[in-house]
Amino acid sequence: MTAYWRSNLRLIAVLLLIWFAVSYLPVPFAEQLNRIVIAGFPLGYYIGAQGALIVYVVLIFYYAWRMNRLDREYGLDDD
Amino acid sequence: MAVAQKRSIPVWQNYLARRYGLFTIGLIIFSFIIGLLEYAGVLGTRSIGYLFLMLTIGMYALIGIMSRTKHLDEYYVAGRAVPAIANGMATGADWMSAASFISMAGTLWLLGYDGLAYIMGWTGGYVLLALLFAPYIRKFGQYTIPDFVGARYGGNRARVVSSIAAILISFTYVTAQVSGVGIIMSRLVGVDYKIGVVVGLLGVLVCSFLGGMKAVTWTQVAQYIILIIAYLVPVTMLSLALTGSPIPQLSYGRALQNIDRLERELGLQTQYTKPFTTGLSNQSAIDSAKQIGLTPPELKVVNDWKGTPWNFLALLACLMLGTAGLPHILIRFYTVPSVKESRKSVGYALFFIFLLYFTAPAYAAFSRWEILQNVVGQRIDQLPAWTENYARTGLLSINDDPAKGGNGDGILQFNELKIGGDLIVLATPEIAGLPYTVAALVAAGGLAAALSTADGLLVVIASAVAHDIFYKTLRPNASQRTRIAVGKAMILVGASAAALAAMPKLALIAQMVAWAFSLAAASFFPILLLGIFWKRANGAGAIAGMIGGLVVTISYMVGNYFDPAFNILGISHVGAGIFGMPVNFALTIIVSLLTQAPPLEIQRLVDSLRRPDNEPEGHDLRKDTGEAVPAH
Repeated sequence: MTAYWRSNLRLIAVLLLIWFAVSYLPVPFAEQLNRIVIAGFPLGYYIGAQGALIVYVVLIFYYAWRMNRLDREYGLDDD
Repeated sequence: MAVAQKRSIPVWQNYLARRYGLFTIGLIIFSFIIGLLEYAGVLGTRSIGYLFLMLTIGMYALIGIMSRTKHLDEYYVAGRAVPAIANGMATGADWMSAASFISMAGTLWLLGYDGLAYIMGWTGGYVLLALLFAPYIRKFGQYTIPDFVGARYGGNRARVVSSIAAILISFTYVTAQVSGVGIIMSRLVGVDYKIGVVVGLLGVLVCSFLGGMKAVTWTQVAQYIILIIAYLVPVTMLSLALTGSPIPQLSYGRALQNIDRLERELGLQTQYTKPFTTGLSNQSAIDSAKQIGLTPPELKVVNDWKGTPWNFLALLACLMLGTAGLPHILIRFYTVPSVKESRKSVGYALFFIFLLYFTAPAYAAFSRWEILQNVVGQRIDQLPAWTENYARTGLLSINDDPAKGGNGDGILQFNELKIGGDLIVLATPEIAGLPYTVAALVAAGGLAAALSTADGLLVVIASAVAHDIFYKTLRPNASQRTRIAVGKAMILVGASAAALAAMPKLALIAQMVAWAFSLAAASFFPILLLGIFWKRANGAGAIAGMIGGLVVTISYMVGNYFDPAFNILGISHVGAGIFGMPVNFALTIIVSLLTQAPPLEIQRLVDSLRRPDNEPEGHDLRKDTGEAVPAH
């Protein structure tokens, strides 16, 4: 049980680190990032308008998938 | 019980998918036929509006009546039988309000990069919800968020404090929705704003009154389908017209390029994609004071911190933490059958929200391109026809006249054009030259967004009063029937109070919704987080934390709202939660450490939250509710 909880905490920490990196780190550098333009999108603007959002969706589904596997490993799912 | 429920899900899901699939196809065919009839000249705009109104509200009423219930479990948590994907759609509709649907694109239009804090904030919060709250809330498995606070922090004092916070947050929010309904109704069928509010109120009641959370959930799924179709259709057609691409989310890069070029050609100061261009001012305090009839304060503008990212970052953090702490979203995760489903369900919810949020910047960019290209710099007497229609509604104003501050040269300069944020989504069908049917569809979508959010919020208000205050605190012996009756009465009272509060149509209400996120970030977020992840947190700490967090946040809010010179790092009142949130954390931790550790059964409760299965030793969390297990 404690091992299960520790794995959960480690996973949360890693995912939150990624979450923080895509949400907050690009903001102070938005102006510099905007100088890079891909398919018409200035990069700084694009991260805020779409890039970060895509990462969020992926993070949540990854967590669900990883935790369901962890539940099975520890025999904690109800089936 | 758990096994039986799980087996029934696939069948249940197929059945639902078919129903809602048919509903979607029906909606598309219906819109198409109306469009053809309009083209043939059979239907006028007024009758098109009424047809859409009757179809959608009739649909919600039908679902509401079919889902009527006398079971508490169904009334409060939809029988905990909502599949992850359906709960995702319902959460999406619950989340996306009139503001998301109508005003978000307009905010981006007006603020450019700075508006992206809302896009990222209102989606990034779901990551916190998924990782930190949803599975544990589901495992806890009762009815309300004050239920959780009361059980975890031992006692009715914490329960009542959090009930009041939940009611305050939800009430301002629902008032804004009802006022949104009034605006949309007056646009859709041309009735007076106040009549729109009353009719909209009835629309809210048909879903939530008889069936509670069960009816609200299934109506919200239908409302999600309507709102997302209504949002995507006009911008897709505008993108087709302007760039030849049917995927606006990918093609608006070209719009951004053209905006950049046009802004330089017109010699404009504002650069759309340039970050941190907004200063601080007390403009909204002035507007609100004027509306209420008080003498407005003098205009003060502070530009000291323009160009720094602090305000943006603070706002972003408040919106994210506030999103994760909003009661009407958290309770949606009580309604899924298991912890496993709850994790997936947050993913679906964010995906469905994402579809709208990553389209909003496209709306803003295309209309900005169009307006810079074909409106600004044109002769006033040769402007496109749609500008005249919207000038009449007051959403757009043209001030070339020197008396209004223009230069009177007969040509429209950028600074002579004033645009209301709500214009962008509402006017897109006209800008793209689409038939009125599409405009009516957009209005029906906005109505769905407002009604679905209002429904979810009313359930929170009603359950905070009927369940937490009446049943848990005052009358623990009340029968199931009395509790449902009180719940229904509270839905009526809450809806009427919201309608009354919405009647004067104050700008202050929209402002208060923005504040709700800071308040939730400074009150609920820290104590929910510590409640799950730190066993040592106790009731005294949580109460001190909530109160301290709220006091600091509200003080900063009020101070900065009236005098923008009162600020730290240029952070505006909307981001005030960034100061209250750490105070809440610190107070909860310090006071908890100075007082006794929570009793053993609470520590055991935390342990049980952390494991997703049913415990072997039979520590049953649901033992005190005494509910009949729902039949299916």
